[in-house]
Amino acid sequence: MFENIGLSIQGIWNHKLRSLLTMLGIIIGIASIIAIVSTIKGTNEQIKEQLIGAGNNVVTVQLCQGSEPYEMQYSSIPGGVPVISEETRAKLANIDGAVDATLYTQRSWTNGLIYHQNSGFSGALRGIDSHYFSVNGYDIYLGRDFSQQDYDGFRKVAILDQSAASGIFPGENPLGQVIEIKKEPFTVIGVVARSSTYEPNISNYEEYVTYLGNDSGAVYIPGVDWPMVCQYDEPQTVDIQAATTDEMTAVGKSAADIINEGLSVGDDSNLTYSSSDVLERAQSLQQLANATNQQLVWIASISLLVGGIGVMNIMLVTVTERTREIGLKKAIGARKGRILWQFLTEAAVLTSLGGIIGVLAGIGMAQVVSRLSGSPTAISVPAILLAVLFSMIIGIVFGLMPAVKAANLNPIEALRRE
Amino acid sequence: MVLELHDICKDYTRGKLTVPVLRDINLTVEEGEYIAIMGPSGSGKTTLMNLIGCLDVPTSGRRILKGEDLDGISDNRMADIRNRQIGFVFQTADLLPGMTALENVALPLTYRGVKKKERLARAKEMLERVGLADRMDHKPNQLSGGQCQRVAIARAMVGNPSLLLADEPTGALDTQSGRQVMELFRNLNEEGVTIIMITHAPEVASCAQKTYLIRDGRIQTGGAV
Ligand SMILES: Nc1ncnc2c1ncn2[C@@H]1O[C@H](COP(=O)(O)OP(=O)(O)OP(=O)(O)O)[C@@H](O)[C@H]1O
Ligand SMILES: [Mg+2]
Repeated sequence: MFENIGLSIQGIWNHKLRSLLTMLGIIIGIASIIAIVSTIKGTNEQIKEQLIGAGNNVVTVQLCQGSEPYEMQYSSIPGGVPVISEETRAKLANIDGAVDATLYTQRSWTNGLIYHQNSGFSGALRGIDSHYFSVNGYDIYLGRDFSQQDYDGFRKVAILDQSAASGIFPGENPLGQVIEIKKEPFTVIGVVARSSTYEPNISNYEEYVTYLGNDSGAVYIPGVDWPMVCQYDEPQTVDIQAATTDEMTAVGKSAADIINEGLSVGDDSNLTYSSSDVLERAQSLQQLANATNQQLVWIASISLLVGGIGVMNIMLVTVTERTREIGLKKAIGARKGRILWQFLTEAAVLTSLGGIIGVLAGIGMAQVVSRLSGSPTAISVPAILLAVLFSMIIGIVFGLMPAVKAANLNPIEALRRE
Repeated sequence: MVLELHDICKDYTRGKLTVPVLRDINLTVEEGEYIAIMGPSGSGKTTLMNLIGCLDVPTSGRRILKGEDLDGISDNRMADIRNRQIGFVFQTADLLPGMTALENVALPLTYRGVKKKERLARAKEMLERVGLADRMDHKPNQLSGGQCQRVAIARAMVGNPSLLLADEPTGALDTQSGRQVMELFRNLNEEGVTIIMITHAPEVASCAQKTYLIRDGRIQTGGAV
């Protein structure tokens, strides 16, 4: 068996050009499939990571009307929606499977709210507590974090994320600079950056698209300062960090239940706190991406079929060329089965080799596509193994006919042939 | 008795036409005999050889090789008999070009599952016996025609067959190397190997103990010459 494989490889090596041309169809087919699958997997992982926050497993619980997040329309917060207290936050942080929780108030689009020397900043504004950065996986990158004195003294200080810092202060050191939020001067004391292992927590598709487009960043101020800058109190939002991705849904649901206990709104208002079930959303997005890409896989499979027919063709030529060799082997006692195996092995080794080359080429192609179009890729080990296995099967299926032909050669006639 | 042929007939059908090639062949070969078969071209010598060597089946008649009746045996059994009981030497050596002399000689042993190390050891021994110990690692295209034919004889002999069959083994050789090859056959026969050889050259046939003449598919009356 191994000897057969060795001999096959030697045979392939002896006819390098022909072998390469034979394998070409398989190489192209496998390469395109691997490239497509890598892109699918990359996109899926990107969706998953960005939707559910790789590493940090953050669930957002926010006030919703029906199934959509509650929208402020220049009205005050609806009656019956209570302020979530620090005690409740501590309770949320103690839910089974929860690591920590943070309370914050946010406006995700602050057009005309934040200025620096007459140029406006339109990104997110968040009034946060001291848990926010650790829950959401931010590290202080420049300057310092909000201190207890900042919170206690209602100090007008701000922290920017990297996008906001480079957007508001291009090429400048933002530390110590002053920005105006609703005409109130806030001093920039720090810049935060995502921890390296972390991707943003995006809770819905719109945000995902916005994130992929351009992220103009966020400005953070102590939560206690919120009433100074915003006319109306936005409802509070809670981010809870779950210990594992799988616990996110459960943690989000229990958190929403706890907060809703304090809610005393009429049933017809349709207002509840609820967690966005990001796992589910991620899955439906992934399915969408899969469906389109699976069609591409089918198309690529056609080139595998063509490749297989090419292999069959060359194997038939090989059998004809090697008639004398086959006749001789039979004359000195090779059974039919052995000849059959020899040719099947040769075909399978040839196509497996083509499959391996195709996998490498496909990974390369995926990288190139990723560079050019910015779509992410991820190597899928099962897909690679499957691809090589599949090309081996192609070799066996399409090599069968030539191998049977070789095995059934009449040795007398084979030997008579010059 | 190594081989008995009883009333062997062989027909070839070409379209609707049936052409008789061999007619009522009766032949016995004793252990250690050296038999030459002569006859004009097209008389059926190779056909007979193929029947003896289990490469082909007769239209009628019985073949008994080493006590085994070859009537109606399976393809695989025929392959095994070729592998174990028969050694073939053809007019052209027919060595596999990708393999060394040693590997070529060892090839028949792979078909009976001998381990590689033992295979090569036995092949080496055989090559020494045909005087090519120093050419073991040569590929066929690095060997002369006579050397190739000696390698082919080593390959035929490596499995200790009951019968060594040679179909014009010197036909493609010059006189000098032809003589060496014939010398080798005679030595093998002196060591006890049973040989059946087809030849056109009377001086080659003179080495043999018995010579049969085939004409028009029949062994000429008188049998052994
Ligand atoms: N497969 C076949 N189909 C039809 N006729 C065949 C076949 N094989 C051989 N013959 C015929 O049988 C006859 C004997 O052929 P064979 O090869 O046995 O002759 P030969 O004595 O070996 O001749 P040479 O000395 O030229 O080798 C020839 O007439 C040949 O044409
Ligand atoms: Mg002949």
